[in-house]
Amino acid sequence: MTQPKAVRRSAGRARTRVLPGFGLTLGLTVTYLSLVVLIPLTALFARAATMTWSGFVETLTDERIVAALELTVGASAIAALVNCFFGSLVAWTLVRYQFPFRRLVDALVDLPFALPTAVSGIALTAIYAPDGWIGRFLVPLGIEVAYTPLGVVIALTFIGLPFVVRTLQPAMQDLESEYEEAAASLGASRWTTVRRVVAPALLPALTTGFALAFARALGEYGSVVFISGNMPMKTEIASLLVVTKLEQYDYAGASAIALAMLVLSFVGLLAIHLTQSWSARRGAAAH
Amino acid sequence: MAKIASIPKILRAPGPLEEPPAVRWLLIATTLAFLGLFLFVPLAAVFFEAFRKGVGAFWTAVTRPETLSAVRLTLLVTAIAVPLNAAFGLVAAWSIGKFQFPGKRLLITLIDLPLSVSPIISGLVFVLVFGARGWLGPWLSDHEIKVIFATPGLVIATVFVTFPYVARELVAHLDEQGTDAEQASLSLGASGWSTFWRVTLPSAKWALLYGLVLCNARAMGEFGAVSVVSGHIRGETNTLPLEVEILYNEYDFVGAFAAASLLALLAVVTLFVKSIVERHEERLLARGSGIPEGPR
Repeated sequence: MTQPKAVRRSAGRARTRVLPGFGLTLGLTVTYLSLVVLIPLTALFARAATMTWSGFVETLTDERIVAALELTVGASAIAALVNCFFGSLVAWTLVRYQFPFRRLVDALVDLPFALPTAVSGIALTAIYAPDGWIGRFLVPLGIEVAYTPLGVVIALTFIGLPFVVRTLQPAMQDLESEYEEAAASLGASRWTTVRRVVAPALLPALTTGFALAFARALGEYGSVVFISGNMPMKTEIASLLVVTKLEQYDYAGASAIALAMLVLSFVGLLAIHLTQSWSARRGAAAH
Repeated sequence: MAKIASIPKILRAPGPLEEPPAVRWLLIATTLAFLGLFLFVPLAAVFFEAFRKGVGAFWTAVTRPETLSAVRLTLLVTAIAVPLNAAFGLVAAWSIGKFQFPGKRLLITLIDLPLSVSPIISGLVFVLVFGARGWLGPWLSDHEIKVIFATPGLVIATVFVTFPYVARELVAHLDEQGTDAEQASLSLGASGWSTFWRVTLPSAKWALLYGLVLCNARAMGEFGAVSVVSGHIRGETNTLPLEVEILYNEYDFVGAFAAASLLALLAVVTLFVKSIVERHEERLLARGSGIPEGPR
């Protein structure tokens, strides 16, 4: 009786997969993933690869495209920075304090995720137009939002906010209060504790939030095209140029800009990832 | 102690781990003012503009044939894309969540890929595959099949952008759950199929609901990707968000915001369901790990 048992156990060890259906489901997963996502995405690279290098460079150095890329990257960076500031504030308030309607406010933070971008776009334009709810107070101050680069920044800030807040919240919840207690018992003021103990601990989450908001902003379309006014050289964003090229049946040009956008956002995410693993290593070495 | 407790909280000296009350209230006020101006005002503006000329004008606008046909098309596209991605999500979650194999992390990253691709690029890739000058363009036109500038294109682009939502929630959930329950069920003689339906799926129902709600919201509200493949033919290939754009560009603001208010309502419902699911999961987590609920 012992013999078959032992055999079965060793067979079980060799085949650690006890549950059925692994091959079938993995096969289906990979097939569907390839059909829906991977093969279509390779079409972009394949199309860009049919361009000569000089043609590629020529497309991307066209002054209208350079202006659009500069605006897109600049406005995305500013919007992500603004979100780092307000996002930290919002996350801190939601995690640390009790106040009426906290749950409701917390749910509202996800609005930019849930609201279709076209709806956000026309709503923001209506508000910030010179006769809009907010715009009418800004125009006398000499601040024009709608149809200016500032409008692009506002729209990108709107859609990026949840990324920063939702990345910071769990990090704030996981903060060990021991360090804050230690700092306080050693005589640090609350402000010093927050600045020197809490803020450094949250920095990795904040950079991740920045990167996510930035990457999202780079490719944003719907919420921006209404408020920006789409003036060439002034308020035209990169994704709009992709659409324009496509409407002219310039597939190669559209692919070149799209590829530049993809590379930019992946480089951004990669840079943040590397900085983080570097700071984690440094942190580990310091302890 | 009793004496201190009887003093209103706001007048008490702050503890060593608290900010002074004035600072606390300043931060709360700033947060509320910022979120109010930045998030609540746009949402309110949608409904205000939709009803600016009264309920009658709103009703006329939503019941126009173009708007109704846009609503129907949006529902049709969603009714195809969401179940497709839900089925995929279940299959993917079983293979990735319940098994360990090399390349597992890579597969999870690849599933998330559509989330980090610009909506415009998501539409573009399908024009490159199915468009008149795309890979399959000549073959499709020989067989008189229309994909781009027709409903199939809208469906495919929507499937692409909503691809990760159900799968990522379910994969994460099943991965966390481990396989003990399934092994017990199998060792008691249940078949793999009935183990899946009666053990795995019930345990994952909240995660599934969460993924479905997000997937549905994105499918109904997608703008960039469908805008590229739609061709904007009114009454034929215009989904509701695209109809919003056309109405707005025609300066029909009541019409645009009336259509937009339907989508905004969807967003509000989505947020509501989402926060209910999150609260439920929080409670489950709190019970499971013995961590008391509420902030520290």
